[in-house]
Amino acid sequence: MTTDVLRPSLDPASNRLCVIDCDVHPKDSIEDMKPYLAKRWIDYLATYGVRSRHGFQNGFLYPKSQPQAARRDAWPPDGGLPASNLKFMQEQLLDFYDIEYGVLNFLSPTGQGAQNSDLSVAMAYASNEAHRDRWTGPDKRLKASIVVPYEDGEASAKEIVRLAGMPDYAQVQLLSRMSELAGKKRYWPIYEAASELGLPVGIHVFGYSGWASTNSGWASYYIEEMAEHCTSCQALLTSLIVEGVFEQFPKLKIVLIEAGFAWLPALGFRLDKLWKTLRSEVPHLKRAPSEYIRDHVYVTTQPMEETEKPEHLLQIMEWIGWDKILFATDYPHWDFDDPRYTLPPTLSRERRRQILSENARQLYGFA
Amino acid sequence: MARQVVAAAREIEPGGRKLVEVAGRAIVVFNLAGEFFALANRCPHKAGELCKGKISGFISSPEPGVYEISHEGEVIRCPWHGWEFHIRTGKSWCDPRTMNARAFEVKVEKGAQLVEGPYVAETFPVLVEDDYLVIEL
Repeated sequence: MTTDVLRPSLDPASNRLCVIDCDVHPKDSIEDMKPYLAKRWIDYLATYGVRSRHGFQNGFLYPKSQPQAARRDAWPPDGGLPASNLKFMQEQLLDFYDIEYGVLNFLSPTGQGAQNSDLSVAMAYASNEAHRDRWTGPDKRLKASIVVPYEDGEASAKEIVRLAGMPDYAQVQLLSRMSELAGKKRYWPIYEAASELGLPVGIHVFGYSGWASTNSGWASYYIEEMAEHCTSCQALLTSLIVEGVFEQFPKLKIVLIEAGFAWLPALGFRLDKLWKTLRSEVPHLKRAPSEYIRDHVYVTTQPMEETEKPEHLLQIMEWIGWDKILFATDYPHWDFDDPRYTLPPTLSRERRRQILSENARQLYGFA
Repeated sequence: MARQVVAAAREIEPGGRKLVEVAGRAIVVFNLAGEFFALANRCPHKAGELCKGKISGFISSPEPGVYEISHEGEVIRCPWHGWEFHIRTGKSWCDPRTMNARAFEVKVEKGAQLVEGPYVAETFPVLVEDDYLVIEL
């Protein structure tokens, strides 16, 4: 009797498209948070509401191209908002694509960036509590980002310390549009707590900084807002590097979520060139700026750039590092990426596996 | 070759659509003011289901500040990324050379013909006096 040890397994399970989705957006309501809000804040919300850092009370900075910026097929049958219903999310996303883990990022309402700093702290706490009830408790595939009241660094650090170590939470969540650049010292307690406790810091695009989205004021179109994430994320990442955040917190890992990534090598080239001549201005940087990017920065795929020549995209991914790219769908939003059709078809099986699941498994420590 | 009766013509109102399956393929049939067209239900970009998209026209602009809408009611936008396809041809607006929804011919046939012919609708009774939509693959 002979055994053909080289024959690949024919078990269909071995061909599973293992996917860890690093950007899922469940929708909560204030009602969901109420069990965890003190009466003082329930009354406050009923009377005054949340005051974000922008010039109007309701609505988005730019009207989205689809209602709620969602896939038109993502409205659950119960009439609620897209991704507000776990069962429908399971059917349409988690079960349909056989997703192993989904990292949850919460856009609103969370209290992040609220002008009333105490309200921001209270809402972040209530959000995080509600997320265990609504999402990570009922479905163990779901891992929440820790919502922090980021404009208050110390309060954010306390919230991180309170929740780190619980299996429900995968990372700390910031938004890209904060009131100051991300490297400023006011945010350092967040980086300190997260890196000490082994949690990556995910920076998701959007939010309300109170500042115009370009340095020449407000752009006219939504398409400009969508493209602007590239420039604002370059600014915040440059700030993290040159302020010395990665020197101060060498274990810190940053995940740039939904920012695209084709701009990242160009930023590295530019910073490295400048560093060679301006190094004495920032002597606390011990290494070329691109080395910090390569060591500390992860990117999620969606919305991936679609280059005219496929090899250009592969070259960009190569520069960033095959171990730094994390697959994401952005469910339920309209620019959703389908795990079956998103990555370049020429990627090797191993690269595909890294991006679709392994990199996230390593980064977040998922089993 | 599969030839299948997919709907009674009056089942799909002008401006309406119906998702059908022919030989295992999901196909969406549109009624454009009494004319019938069919596209594969799979968006060629990233596979969104076209039947769940919004119907619109093409907006264009011969010069800044001047806008024109053409093909009103004849454009389906993918419910995901919003790619626009001309329902009559399946051609996309942005990349008609390479990014097209597959189009299928829809024939309108009399019930009387179908009853006499070799083709049978499996899912509903065919009435001699009605019109039916037939897709052949």
